Amino acid sequence: MIWSVVIIPFLFGLVSLLLRNHRTLLFLLLLGGIAHFALTVWFWLYQGQWSEGAYPGTSIVFLDSLGILILTVTSFLFLMVAFYTKGYLRNHTERSSITIGCLFFFLATMSLVCVSADMGLLWVAIEGTTLASAPLIYFHKDHRSLEATWKYLLICSVGIALALMGNIFLSYAGGTYIDSLHIPDLLKNAHRFDVRWLKVAFLLLLVGYGTKMGLAPLHSWLPDAHSEAPSMVSALLSGSLLNCAFLGILRGFSILREAGLEEWGGNILILFGLSSLLMAALFLIRQTDFKRMLAYSSVEHMGILSLGAGVGGMAGTGALLHLVNHSLAKGFLFLIAGNILTIYQTKKIESVTGLIQEAPRTAFLWMAGFLAITGSPPFGLFFSEWIILKGMIESEQWVPLVIYLVALFIVFLSMARYVIPMTFPASSVPGSPSVTGGPVSPAGSGGLSVSFGGKEPLWMWAPALVLASVTLILGLFIPESILSFLTVAFSGWGGV
Amino acid sequence: MEHTILNLVVLTILLSNIRLLNTSRLPVMILSVAIQGFVIGVLPLVLHWERINLSLWIIALIMIAIKGVILPRLLHRSMQEAGVIREVEPFVGPTVSLLIGLFLLALSYWITFPLRASLPEELFFVPVLALFTVFNGLFLIVSRKKAITQVIGYLTMENGVYAFGASLAVDHPFLVELGVLLDVWVGVFIMGIAIYHINREFDHIDTDKLSTLKH
Repeated sequence: MIWSVVIIPFLFGLVSLLLRNHRTLLFLLLLGGIAHFALTVWFWLYQGQWSEGAYPGTSIVFLDSLGILILTVTSFLFLMVAFYTKGYLRNHTERSSITIGCLFFFLATMSLVCVSADMGLLWVAIEGTTLASAPLIYFHKDHRSLEATWKYLLICSVGIALALMGNIFLSYAGGTYIDSLHIPDLLKNAHRFDVRWLKVAFLLLLVGYGTKMGLAPLHSWLPDAHSEAPSMVSALLSGSLLNCAFLGILRGFSILREAGLEEWGGNILILFGLSSLLMAALFLIRQTDFKRMLAYSSVEHMGILSLGAGVGGMAGTGALLHLVNHSLAKGFLFLIAGNILTIYQTKKIESVTGLIQEAPRTAFLWMAGFLAITGSPPFGLFFSEWIILKGMIESEQWVPLVIYLVALFIVFLSMARYVIPMTFPASSVPGSPSVTGGPVSPAGSGGLSVSFGGKEPLWMWAPALVLASVTLILGLFIPESILSFLTVAFSGWGGV
Repeated sequence: MEHTILNLVVLTILLSNIRLLNTSRLPVMILSVAIQGFVIGVLPLVLHWERINLSLWIIALIMIAIKGVILPRLLHRSMQEAGVIREVEPFVGPTVSLLIGLFLLALSYWITFPLRASLPEELFFVPVLALFTVFNGLFLIVSRKKAITQVIGYLTMENGVYAFGASLAVDHPFLVELGVLLDVWVGVFIMGIAIYHINREFDHIDTDKLSTLKH
């Protein structure tokens, strides 16, 4: 039954490769998105096994609370992206069967990551995501996207090879106590593992999957890939793929925890988290490209996730909530960035001014997205960053706490410097750095909006609005049951 | 008998790594990586001579075919199509590379040293050299400019991962199969990127020229 969540998108992908009609393909994309999401909802309703904590059997797929959480986020984001893509690509005719097919394969491999119950299968699935997403990054078929794809493939492949070494060490650490890399099996026997090799295994897994997740200093593929890929792909990369890599790291971390090495592993996660936060904050100070800006913001948020997971306890719960919030917020920001790109035909920040006159709905969502992603109240990210902060106070991590706050502050200021002049006409923000910009688009002329006839069609703002609303709701009201679910998901089902 | 073959294998891995480091001629590099791939494909057979079975034979033959023949031939073809035969002006020259290589060898020895207790005396050098091969591949990737040399580096690294897995984790054949998968992946990599696209878009496969994207 669990396999269906992988097989269905895979079959949709195969069918897409055979189809030639563009409209049918886009319709199929939507249908596939709905089917996958319906399946995920069905899991929630009828398969409550992840709340119990017992995982019998030797099946190589399972659904635990962590898996279903990330699967749901991925599925929901994919559905919204499918709605958006249906509009975004409606005038695009060239080779869309490969694009749509790869989107489905991407979804299938990411779902496989979420349901893998075996470290080997998890590794295969994460490698599969690279393979499925590389053609998507090469969508525009020019020099820049070629360079981004090359970097993505090379760097992530090196990472994945290191993760394989991690698996080899894990198996060596287990010695004769384990006869496969089945995760429940590993957790059960973790306390008998050879500690030294287990540490090496975790380090290699962290470096390997951390490359894919974009933890600094291993993030160098991320800004290129995110800015060169078409916007709906960037949304999926940032909102889903990075989470899947994080899941790989968390699986390794749960084994460490069972072996009593939680503090050692946590400190390393904190270190990677802080370096990502600082690196992202530094690179955000000077940006000229708004999609690159969003990409560096992803590095920052991956840093927060790693930090929260490393601190553990309440911060761990916060990290998982933050994962959900970040995916929703970054997903809709990239979709909106796609709108801006369609309207202005440029990714240069200084060429975009007065968005609010050109496209009011897009501008409104862009502003909302900026507030959400920088963790301003009342959006969900404020709440989750707050929980992580409380978790850090609780465990008395003072130095990381100071760095965390400083980095968040720098990110807020830097992003405000770009987003506000982009949104409002140049005259209304005196003294802003990009007052001189904007020769390409005289504010309010409307002349560049020809691509959609001066109006904003439904696809441009509706999916983004849905994502934004969910982020907002998660900030205003969060039921205790969700928080306790996240706590269970983070602390795992220890002591099976 | 097995010990002689094992020593030969270990020596070949060492020499091929050194050759990879101190040459800038691509045909030589491809030949070295092919020889290395071949002996690493043979390695599991030598290591587990006593309990060899059909599945081990099949995997070994597949690996020898992929690593020793198919991937080097693909590389050779992409080299000819691109018309490059030398790695011109690498970031690190051959002599310095060799010195760094010696350092990496010492590092691998130092890291692998704790394994000594749990391995038979004559097998100890296999994980050392496997790790050295991994480091060597990583070093080639970061120190060379041409896309095709970076792929050779990746292939070397991957040879090392496979040799490491073969020397430690034979009780979990699944891991060895994953190594096969990684190899197929390299094949896709070489065909998809090195031959097809980079060739069509540019006259030369030089990732250093691919620097339009700046921070």
